[in-house]
Amino acid sequence: MWTYEKKLQYPVKVSTCNPTLAKYLMEQYGGADGELAAALRYMNQRYTIPEKVIGLLNDIATEEFSHLEMIATMIYKLTKDATPDQLREAGLAEHYVSHDSALFYSNAAGVPFTASYIQAKGDPIADLYEDIAAEEKARATYQWIIDMSDDPDLNDSLRFLREREIVHSQRFREAVEIVKDDRSQQKIF
Amino acid sequence: MDNTLPKEYYTKLEEIQAADFVVLELTLYLDTHPTDAQAIAQFNQFTRHSMQLKKAFETQFGPLQQGSINPSKTNWAWSEFPWPWQV
Repeated sequence: MWTYEKKLQYPVKVSTCNPTLAKYLMEQYGGADGELAAALRYMNQRYTIPEKVIGLLNDIATEEFSHLEMIATMIYKLTKDATPDQLREAGLAEHYVSHDSALFYSNAAGVPFTASYIQAKGDPIADLYEDIAAEEKARATYQWIIDMSDDPDLNDSLRFLREREIVHSQRFREAVEIVKDDRSQQKIF
Repeated sequence: MDNTLPKEYYTKLEEIQAADFVVLELTLYLDTHPTDAQAIAQFNQFTRHSMQLKKAFETQFGPLQQGSINPSKTNWAWSEFPWPWQV
């Protein structure tokens, strides 16, 4: 189970109402390499991953949910004062007619989240390689969003999230080595 | 909704966020380096530090953690402002 703390993992400040930037951030909310996909991917893989790396998948999955909350906070703060006209100018008219100002799990192009974004192959090396690739893709996406963003306050939080993807990728690479070592020790001739 | 919070709310919360970041980083590190005694000592040190900060924060600003003692006998403080996305 989980318990809740009324705090974000890292502060989220936004400079101004900016629905265009919110639209880009949806890629990390309900997109293929976004935080929801990451959290669900690791949370689901942990049941069948070798014992020695269960803790890592469990704890990174948990951290991804706190990243999802940070992204949601960014989108909420960037859009909460936007008028329908401003949303239309930002390309969010289709979002508005379906969701008003509610958040929704879709990517930057408005495509709804789907479980087919994530994999669970049951083979620990295949699963961990997917996890490493997912972290690297998320890191790249954060960089592209930072390149598109002109909000210095928001960029500070985005840089924090970008760095976390790097740490996760490195930890998953260590997990691959742990699984390989474990396998070679258990080899039966 | 009274959404004015003293500056101290933010500085104290950031102290907790900083301490918990150390705890989380060491958690992930220890998940792949489970016999590093120095890291375990640091983990315990910062976990204690975080618990003290949270206790002081909750006395001043109300419950931060689900399951914390409610400060009032007649008013449920947990579901009141502020939620993390409101500050």
